[in-house]
Amino acid sequence: MPDAPSNYQIGASVKRREDLRFLTGNGNYTDDINRPGQLYAYILRSTQAHAEIVSIDTKAARAMPGVVTIYTGADMAADGIGGLPCGWQIHSKDGSPMVEPSHPPIVVDRVRHVGDNVAVVIADSLAQAKDAAEAIAIDYKALPAAVSVTAAVAPGAPLVWDTAPGNQCYDWHLGDKAATEAAFAAAKTIAKVDIVNNRLIPNAMEPRAALGDFNPSSGEYTLFTTSQNPHVIRLLMGAFVLKLPEHKLRVVAPDVGGGFGSKIYHYAEEAICTWAAGKLKRPVKWTAERTESFMTDAHGRDHVTHAEMAMDGEGRFLALRVSTKANMGAYLSTFAPAVPTYLYGTLLAGVYKTPAIYVEVQAVFTNTTPVDAYRGAGRPEATFLLERLVDECARVTGIDRADIRRRNFIAADAFPYQTPVALQYDSGDYQGCLDAALAAHNYAGFPARKAESEKAGKLRGIGLSTYVEACGIAPSAVVGSLGARAGLFEVGKVRVHPTGSVTVFTGTHSHGQGHETTFAQVVADALGVGMDQVDIVHGDTANVPFGMGTYGSRSLAVGGSAIVKACDKIVAKAKKIAAHLLEAAEADIEFKDGMFKVAGTDRQKALAEISLAAYVPHNYPIDELEPGLEETAFYDPKNFTFPGGTHICEVEIDPETGVTRVTQFTAVDDVGRVINPMIVEGQVHGGLAQGIGQALLEQCVYDAAGQLLTGSMMDYCMPRADDLPLFYVGQHTTLCTHNPLGVKGCGEVGAIGSPPAVMNAVIDALKGYGVTNMDMPATPEKVWRAVQSGRKH
Amino acid sequence: MQVSVSLTVNGKAVTAAVEPRTLLVQLLREHLELTGTHVGCDTSQCGACVVHVDGASAKSCTLLAVQCDGTSITTIEGLAKDGVLHPMQEAFREHHGLQCGFCTPGMVMSAVDLLQHNAKPSETEIREWLEGNICRCTGYHNIVKAVQHAAQQMGG
Ligand code: FES
Ligand code: FES
Repeated sequence: MPDAPSNYQIGASVKRREDLRFLTGNGNYTDDINRPGQLYAYILRSTQAHAEIVSIDTKAARAMPGVVTIYTGADMAADGIGGLPCGWQIHSKDGSPMVEPSHPPIVVDRVRHVGDNVAVVIADSLAQAKDAAEAIAIDYKALPAAVSVTAAVAPGAPLVWDTAPGNQCYDWHLGDKAATEAAFAAAKTIAKVDIVNNRLIPNAMEPRAALGDFNPSSGEYTLFTTSQNPHVIRLLMGAFVLKLPEHKLRVVAPDVGGGFGSKIYHYAEEAICTWAAGKLKRPVKWTAERTESFMTDAHGRDHVTHAEMAMDGEGRFLALRVSTKANMGAYLSTFAPAVPTYLYGTLLAGVYKTPAIYVEVQAVFTNTTPVDAYRGAGRPEATFLLERLVDECARVTGIDRADIRRRNFIAADAFPYQTPVALQYDSGDYQGCLDAALAAHNYAGFPARKAESEKAGKLRGIGLSTYVEACGIAPSAVVGSLGARAGLFEVGKVRVHPTGSVTVFTGTHSHGQGHETTFAQVVADALGVGMDQVDIVHGDTANVPFGMGTYGSRSLAVGGSAIVKACDKIVAKAKKIAAHLLEAAEADIEFKDGMFKVAGTDRQKALAEISLAAYVPHNYPIDELEPGLEETAFYDPKNFTFPGGTHICEVEIDPETGVTRVTQFTAVDDVGRVINPMIVEGQVHGGLAQGIGQALLEQCVYDAAGQLLTGSMMDYCMPRADDLPLFYVGQHTTLCTHNPLGVKGCGEVGAIGSPPAVMNAVIDALKGYGVTNMDMPATPEKVWRAVQSGRKH
Repeated sequence: MQVSVSLTVNGKAVTAAVEPRTLLVQLLREHLELTGTHVGCDTSQCGACVVHVDGASAKSCTLLAVQCDGTSITTIEGLAKDGVLHPMQEAFREHHGLQCGFCTPGMVMSAVDLLQHNAKPSETEIREWLEGNICRCTGYHNIVKAVQHAAQQMGG
C-alpha cells in the first residue's frame, strides 16, 4: 500500500519530474523520432512576396538521385485535399462575415508571401531532397506587394486577394459609440497616443517538425508533430484538409520544445507529410530549418493604433476610444481573427473603471506570413496601448503616474465587476498589487538611484504597468456566440489502478510548463496519494480523450479543473465502495488523506484497498456499481479568469551610445492560487524575457517589396542572457471564484505586463530630451537619435 | 562519396562512413542516434547543439564530422557518470533552470565548460559566457542561479 502523504503538495515547490529526461538527453522530441523506411520532405518555398506561378518544371529534379517524388499544389488539389481551415469567424460592423480566403497546403497558381509553399520534394535523404529542390525551375510573374498595414489600406494598394477590396478582412467594433462620443464632448482633458505594436516572430527553440506514417494493414494514419493541441490538429486536418475519418488518424505531440502560441495552429507541413505518407506507403518526415521557422511560423502582434482618453478635471477617466489596424498576413491562421477582437477589444477597460469605451478594429491582409496568437495574444497589445496612454494622461494632467492609476482603479470590493466591453471580472486587487510592487521595488528610492546614475553620466527612468488579462479560454457557449468554431472545454481522465497507483490523462499539452509535476500535485492532494503514485499522460490522441490543448494560460484553470472534477467522481464512487466494505452508510464515510473512514470510528480503508476491491469485485456492491475505478470529466469553464498585477521597470541609458539596460524589474502578479511557486516564478521569468525582448530588442522587418529582412537569428534580435537582469517576482493573490482550484493562469502575465513598463521607463529616462513617445523596440539607434534630436532643441 | 571518420564519443570508439558535408551534429543525431544534442538554428547562433570536443565546448552544427576525426566527443548523454548526474545537471534541476528542455543540453554543456575556465564566475561572467546559448523559456534567471549553485557545489 502506498504511503499517504505527510503533507499537502499544493503550494509546494516540488522539483520537476520532467527534468531528468531533458537533462540527460533522453527527451523525445518530434525530430528525435525515426520510423523504418522513412523518407524526407523538403519544401520549396516562394522567394517572392507576391507573384503568379507561370510554370513549375520538376523534370530535372525528378531525375536526381534519391528522389522518390515531387508534389505540387495541383497534385494535392487533384486528390481533393482541402484548405487549412480558420477556427474563428468575425463579423464586421455591418453584420457581414469576414473575408475568408482559401489556404491550400501547397499553392496552385499564386504565391502570397515569402515562404509560401510551392512544391514538396520527397527523397531518401534530406540532402538529396534539398539538392533536387534546387533543380526545380519556377517561372514567377512578379506582382506588386502590399506589406505593411498602413500601405495595404492606402487607396490603390495592390490586392492580396481579389475577394478582399481594400485588403480588408473585417471591420469590427465593440462598445458604446454614442456614450463614448458624449463623454469626449464633455471632457476637460484628452490624452492621445499613436502606438505601433511591433511585429514579433515567436521562435520557440525547437523548430516545427512533422512525421507522417501510414499503416496499410489497419488503414491508420499517425502524425507526430510539434503541437500544443494534438486533438485540434486531428480534427482540423482530418475533417477539413485530408478528409480522413477521425478514428483512423492518430496525432502524437511528444516532447515539444516551447510553443508560445506558434504551435497551436494547423500548419501545411502536417497535412503534407500525412498525405504523402498515405500515398507513398512510407513514413515522411519534415523538420523546419530556422530560416523556415522565421518565414512560416505564425508571427505575432503587428497593430497600428490611435487611442484617446477623455478625463475630467481630476484625471478621472471618462471614456476611451481606440482605432486599430491589425495585420493578418496573407492567409487567416487558425485563431488569427479572434486575436485583435475578442482577445483585445474586450481587455480595453484594463484595471480601470472607465465608464465608456469604443473600439474599432480593421483587420488587413498583407503579403506577409500569417499573424496569429503569440504569448499573450491581443492582451499585450491592449495592455501596451492602455498603459502607454495612462502615462500620457499623467503627463498631460501633471498627476503622478502611480496616483492617476490609483484614482481610476476598480476597487478591490467592486467585484464581480462588469466592464463596458463585455467581460465580467470575478476577482482582483489592483491597488494591493501596486502597493506591494512599489514596496518591493523601493520605488521611493528611485530619485537617489537616478542621482547616482546622473553622476556617472547616465540617464535613469522608471516605468509602471498595472494590468489585467483574461485567461482560461473559455465558456464554450460564450466563445461560440463570438464566432469560435470549437468548444473550449477540457478533459481529464483519472485511472486508479488495482494497486492504487494513478494515471491521469489530460487534453492539455505541456511544452515547458511542467504539467507532469503541477497536475500530479493536484491529484496527489485530491486523492491523498503520494506524488510517486501519480503519472500524467498527455499529447497522444490514441490514449487521451478529446481535449482542446494548451494556450491562453488555460491548462490549469480549465484542464486542472477537469482533473479535479474527475478526482471528485473517483472519490464519490470510492465512498460507495468503502461503505460496502466497511458495512456503513455511505453518508457516514469521510475521506481524508487517502483514507475512507467511518465517521467517529477508527474503521477505514485506503484508496488502494478500495481500488483492489473495484477491480477484484468479489465482495462488491455489484448490483449498484460497475467494477473498476476510472472516471472522466469534461469541464467547461464558467467564465474567463483574470490574472493581473503591477510590473515596474527601471532602466539606465547611456546617452552617448543609446544602449538601454534594464537594471531592476519587479513583477507582483495575481495569478490566483499557486500550486507550485517555483514553476509559476519560472513562467513569469520567461514571459518577462519575451516582453522585455519586445520592448528593447525584437522586431520583424519586411522591406517594401515583402522580403523578410529578419529571417535568421543573426538579424532578429532574441534576448540573450546578457540582455536581462535578475527579476523580482512576487504574488499578491486573490482567488478565482468560479473554478475549483481558484487558479487564474500564469503563462502569459510576464509578456503582457512588461512591455509598457519598459517603454514607460525609457520614455521617463528621456523626458529631459522632449521625448513623449517611442515605438518598440527601443534599440540603441532609436534611443541615440532621440537623445541627439533632443539636444538640438 | 563517403569518407570514414573515427572518433571517441562518450568514451566509446566509433567509426562511421559519412558524406563529406555531414556535420558533427548530424553524425551524432542521425548516425549514432544520440538525439540529446539538438539543432535550434542554421546560423550558429542558438547553442542548442553544444558538445565537448576534446573537453572544450563547441557548436556541433558548425563542425564537419570529418574535422572531428581522432577527437574525443562528450555529449549530454555522456555527462552523467554511472547514473550519477553531473553537479551542473543537478543544479539545473534544483533551480528550475529548464522548462521545455530544448536548449538545455547545449546550455548545460556550455556551462560545464565555463566552470572549467572560471571556477567562480560572477553573474555577469555567467551571462556573458552563455551569450551564445539562446533559451526562449526561462528568461535565464534560473539558469544563472543554477550555474552559480553548481560552481558552489563543485568547490569554486
Ligand atoms: S544549432 Fe544553433 S548554434 Fe548550433
Ligand atoms: S528551456 Fe525551452 S528553450 Fe530553454
